[in-house]
Amino acid sequence: MDNVIQATHPPTHAIDHAEEHEHVFLPQHLHHFATEEQQREAGTFGMWLFLLTEIMFFGGMFFSYLVYRNWYYDAFAVASNQLSVPLGGTNTAVLITSGFFMALAVWASEMRKKGFLVICLLLTMLFGTVFIGIKGVEYHEKWEKHHIPGAHFDTAEFVNPHAYGINEEPLSPAAATKTQLFFSLYFLMTGIHAIHMMIGLGILVWLVFRAHRGDFTAGYVAPIENFALYWHFVDIVWLFLFPLLYLINRHPGR
Amino acid sequence: MTELHDATNVTNPEHAEHHIVTPRTYIFVFITLLIFTGLTVVAAYIDLGIFNPVVALAIASFKAVVVLLFFMHVKYQSRLIKLTVASGFFTFLVLTTLSLSDYISRAWGLW
Repeated sequence: MDNVIQATHPPTHAIDHAEEHEHVFLPQHLHHFATEEQQREAGTFGMWLFLLTEIMFFGGMFFSYLVYRNWYYDAFAVASNQLSVPLGGTNTAVLITSGFFMALAVWASEMRKKGFLVICLLLTMLFGTVFIGIKGVEYHEKWEKHHIPGAHFDTAEFVNPHAYGINEEPLSPAAATKTQLFFSLYFLMTGIHAIHMMIGLGILVWLVFRAHRGDFTAGYVAPIENFALYWHFVDIVWLFLFPLLYLINRHPGR
Repeated sequence: MTELHDATNVTNPEHAEHHIVTPRTYIFVFITLLIFTGLTVVAAYIDLGIFNPVVALAIASFKAVVVLLFFMHVKYQSRLIKLTVASGFFTFLVLTTLSLSDYISRAWGLW
């Protein structure tokens, strides 16, 4: 249908107005898009297609978590209680704050406030870095307690919790080895999430540099907007990781 | 540029206007997210039996939807974008359901 209509309108503009057709280069309106709105929507659409592949990527890990949590629930509950809720909760708040400043950065870019945009991007980076730092503290604690899956994994705290002052039901040695599955998924999921954040922090460095140059405060918002989509997506992954990994069963003894 | 833009030549002429979300909205969303983070921690320490994971997932999903709608501007996008986002989560649910039905119908003793 549309093709027919197009055929009745030969593209005469290019020929007739060749001499008055100046090439004004606007990054927010490249010449193969009819309007700025069309270009913007095409960009947003492409970014979302990428994020859909990310949903599938993380989705596979969430699914394996779902299956193993149901199969080895006791081991998962006990292992989950080894994680620190204060640290995990703080990290959730830190990440939400980081996302908040990223949202403000989009607004600053749209309102063409260069100084405020750079400040917002720097604050996004700051809170993102704090998140990675807290994650590092948590990883280090697991390293010291031999709770990293592998040859040196130690199930002592799960087989004999009372000796370590932990108020949990002891697991049989066979069941206790299943806590390795929990920690494998914990390190896999939080690790891939952290890698996404580090990639994001790398891109942020580049965005801060360009924002400081004034690239995004003259009407061209797309890079800030699309990066914000990525950053918020990574936030959403954590919003699910936190309750699923840290808060499985926080009232032991039932 | 408008004379080049033949409206009849566009399948979907509805490209959303560039809607600027205000900091007021962002602050409101930010506080909501923090409150619900607190809620999810409190809920985890209360024994709700089988409903603990249900509540945890419900709160996480609510937060995710708030982030999607406001921080990620989905509320203000065209139908194409809204449908794209919805189709992604829908496909994830379909894949999860299919895989789960496979697992549930195999390892009888473990469920």
